[in-house]
Amino acid sequence: MKRRDFVGLTSLAAGALFLPSIPGFGGNLVDPERLLEQVDPAVKKRLADAALNAAKSAGASYTDVRIGRYLNQSVFTREKQVQNIASGESYGAGVRVIANGTWGFAATNDVSEAGLAKAAQMAVAIAKANSKAQKEQVQLAPQKGFGEVSWKTPIVQNAFEVPIAQKVELLLAANAKALDNGASFVNSSLFQINEQKYFASTDGSYIDQDIHRIWPTFTVSVVDRATGKFRSRDALSSPMGLGYEYLTPKAQDQVAGPAGTGLIGYRNSYDMLADAALAAKQAKEKITAKSVVPGKYDLVLDPNHLGLTIHESIGHALELDRVLGYEANYAGTSFATLDKWKTKNFQYGSKLVNIVADKTQPGSLGAVGYDDEGVKTGQWDLIKNGVLVDYQKIRDQAGIVGQDHSDGCCYAQSWQDVQFQRMANVSLQPGTTKMSVDDMIKNVDKGIYIAGRGSYSIDQQRYNFQFGGQTFYTIEKGKIAGMIEDVAYQANTQEFWNSCAAICDQSDYRMFGSFFDGKGQPSQVSAVSHGSATTRFNGVNVINTARKIG
Amino acid sequence: MAILSQEQAQAILQKVLSFSKADECQATLTGRTAGNIRYARNNVSTAGHSDNVSLAVESRYGKRSGVATCNQFDDDTLRRCVQRAEETAKLAPEDPEYMPMLGPQQYLTPNSFAAKTAGDTADARAQAAADSIDLCVARKLTVAGFLENSTSFRALRNSKGLQAYQPETFVDFSVTVRTPDGTGSGYAVADYTDVGKFNAKALTQIAADKAAGSVGAKAMEPGKYTVILEPAALVSDEGLLNRLFYELGAREADEGRSFLSKKGGGNKLGQKLFDERITIYSDPTNLEAPGRVFDDEGQPVKKMTWVEKGVLKNLYYSRFWAQKSKATATAFPSNFIMSGGTQSTADLIKGTAKGILVTRLWYIRDVDPQSLLVTGLTRDGTFYIENGKIKHPVKNFRFNESPVIMLNNIEAIGKPVRLGGNLVPPLKIRDFTFTSLSDAV
Repeated sequence: MKRRDFVGLTSLAAGALFLPSIPGFGGNLVDPERLLEQVDPAVKKRLADAALNAAKSAGASYTDVRIGRYLNQSVFTREKQVQNIASGESYGAGVRVIANGTWGFAATNDVSEAGLAKAAQMAVAIAKANSKAQKEQVQLAPQKGFGEVSWKTPIVQNAFEVPIAQKVELLLAANAKALDNGASFVNSSLFQINEQKYFASTDGSYIDQDIHRIWPTFTVSVVDRATGKFRSRDALSSPMGLGYEYLTPKAQDQVAGPAGTGLIGYRNSYDMLADAALAAKQAKEKITAKSVVPGKYDLVLDPNHLGLTIHESIGHALELDRVLGYEANYAGTSFATLDKWKTKNFQYGSKLVNIVADKTQPGSLGAVGYDDEGVKTGQWDLIKNGVLVDYQKIRDQAGIVGQDHSDGCCYAQSWQDVQFQRMANVSLQPGTTKMSVDDMIKNVDKGIYIAGRGSYSIDQQRYNFQFGGQTFYTIEKGKIAGMIEDVAYQANTQEFWNSCAAICDQSDYRMFGSFFDGKGQPSQVSAVSHGSATTRFNGVNVINTARKIG
Repeated sequence: MAILSQEQAQAILQKVLSFSKADECQATLTGRTAGNIRYARNNVSTAGHSDNVSLAVESRYGKRSGVATCNQFDDDTLRRCVQRAEETAKLAPEDPEYMPMLGPQQYLTPNSFAAKTAGDTADARAQAAADSIDLCVARKLTVAGFLENSTSFRALRNSKGLQAYQPETFVDFSVTVRTPDGTGSGYAVADYTDVGKFNAKALTQIAADKAAGSVGAKAMEPGKYTVILEPAALVSDEGLLNRLFYELGAREADEGRSFLSKKGGGNKLGQKLFDERITIYSDPTNLEAPGRVFDDEGQPVKKMTWVEKGVLKNLYYSRFWAQKSKATATAFPSNFIMSGGTQSTADLIKGTAKGILVTRLWYIRDVDPQSLLVTGLTRDGTFYIENGKIKHPVKNFRFNESPVIMLNNIEAIGKPVRLGGNLVPPLKIRDFTFTSLSDAV
């Protein structure tokens, strides 16, 4: 067990103790006021030029520099008290070069002209050392320079400007709602990220970006001391590429869940208090809910659940670096191989399945103006009418599949990590026929409705997966017939997506988000959203997960 | 600048404390310099180097606490950093779980630093990658690997007189070899304190043999099987014992929300939970897998037995929870050691009539915290054993199993090896639950 992996394994409750180990939430702890300071782009341009020039003099044929201030703030509470408040800053620069046809990268927290020049020289030295083991030279897809440009996440209220006391008050109010409704314990937290990143390259781009993300969440637990049984229910919020406005609930952002569940789906704003109250009631109900009878069921999956299934079984499977074998040693490869793509008729899913990759979707975690190698972002089809049509790729991969452009999905979690191909927002397009979730359930004879992100696991080629959820309801003869427990479904990706039988319309569409998606060595996190409407899958294998340990 | 000596680090920390006006002040200085190389498709893909050093100052007024940091070390910057921590503390809410800072402590002498690792170069890493790639090219196989060397230090000092310092080196290597047609895959992984023990070629050879040997895998029915789990399946990025090791918290158990909670209240301390051959402890000065001798608060990390002959002997108590429960506080360890015997994995195979050899597990996630049930899949070398020999490769399985149940179904325990900074033996387990097949290779 590596120490850095620890947090991935601990529950939210233990997370606060090991806060500095959360990827993306490391950095230096600072006072909150400092998070509002900005570095002048003119200063960053001068620093970037120092690195570009030093690399060129040392023999680089291409160089890019990323000067980044990565800010984060997290607030952790449990029941009636604050556990931890931390404001972090990580400031430094990473220089990536090609020399002798080989990549080299060096990073430094010495953000001075001399510091950047030294990092540039070291990056060139590393590239030259590595070129001895290089069998095939790096080829970059051409990219025009954009000159001096900027982009900002379109937020209404910068979360870093909101007083911490207000955030604490919100979390403690949510905890109180949970406790009032029967929770034994409640842990709540709020994560906020601001990436102030400056990119410059020998292509002639100087790109200044200001990116914001936010994630309120909680875990409500109910303990039944007499039986020794405990159950929990996590928040049904979604991490978003929004400001603090996400935490002001608006009626138009709420979508009613199936009749009889009390569930509410959230779009661009979230009612943390209402969800905490419902979570406590549902956690309590889970203690006595019936255990599922294993077998084949028609599944009706809520967008806040389905997002993770899309992420794991489509998003990752269609990353070109995996397909080509660059991630073979850790994250794995992909079943969606180039030969399948080249046939132009590989039926990934049923005809209803249309999957779009998008780096521009407003409110999404993946939205940026330009990626971390200076490519302007856009959207493109991955699966059209069920057929695999494209992958997600970056500049040094495009040529390998005979294409002349990057898709703009290159990302590094900080200045000190090298950028590489990461997932765009990958979303299932809503159905074109008018259909609400109740309309969908009306036609299901024997099924299970699943909401929320639960246990998830998929193999290294993205064939076989198993997913749980937060709440499960049995569907009998077109109606919700009560809560059940111990549910997980196991399926093969292609069979599962080909069993897609109905998709609700646009009015049910909303985004799910993954805030800490890990990939690469050393491992890096990225944040990405997945939109969908409630979707039905027929005849999926459901197992019962209850065990006794004495 | 990233790696400071004990004297250099303590001189800076002493100066920081001299600027403090708070009731209590603790300063922590950390530095890390790391170099890595990644390769895939028989080619170097990326490589990098990073340096970082940072100072964190925690100031306290009563039960209020504030933290500030900086990464410049002139007097003015240090003074401003202390002032910021003090200003933040004055505005913070009182911490109901406040514990006073510790006074001077006695620590074990650390052995977590190897000069050879600290002196390693980008050229040496490139050579290791070249050795690994050349071997695979010669055997017409495709390799992907990762090597990272790091040197780091942590130094603590506080206004109660506590002082601590520890340097550390770490070498992390893993390699996956695949057949060009994608029908075979093998894996090897290792980590060291001293890079002198590292041999890229030997590890690549193991992965290459498994890749070549796993071509033509046959499908077997999912169900309960005797398995031999290699150490990489038990503790690595995805290990079956990871969750168990880190679920030893007393507070969660006492609160009724852990597999160690007792029906009716309390925890399972003193109960026999596993087979009597299971003993798990931590030891920061273990020669093979040294760890940290102090934690972030400055508590000494000592040798600590968690499970002895299957009985739960100790749980992790934070200082606050220890005080509340009238127990002794425990520093959280950085390594776990599971006792074993003398048999290698090969010996375990020889003694197996029918079973499955598992090289590596993948994507292990919690399914039910009540029973610690987890799910995941086999990967990169899964073989059927019959009459003491590897008979043929088998298709990968998904499992749903609880490590608690697994450690009650022990058939044999092999010789512990270092992995992820821990020492863990290969385990032979009966009735291990595979629930479905995967086409993944």
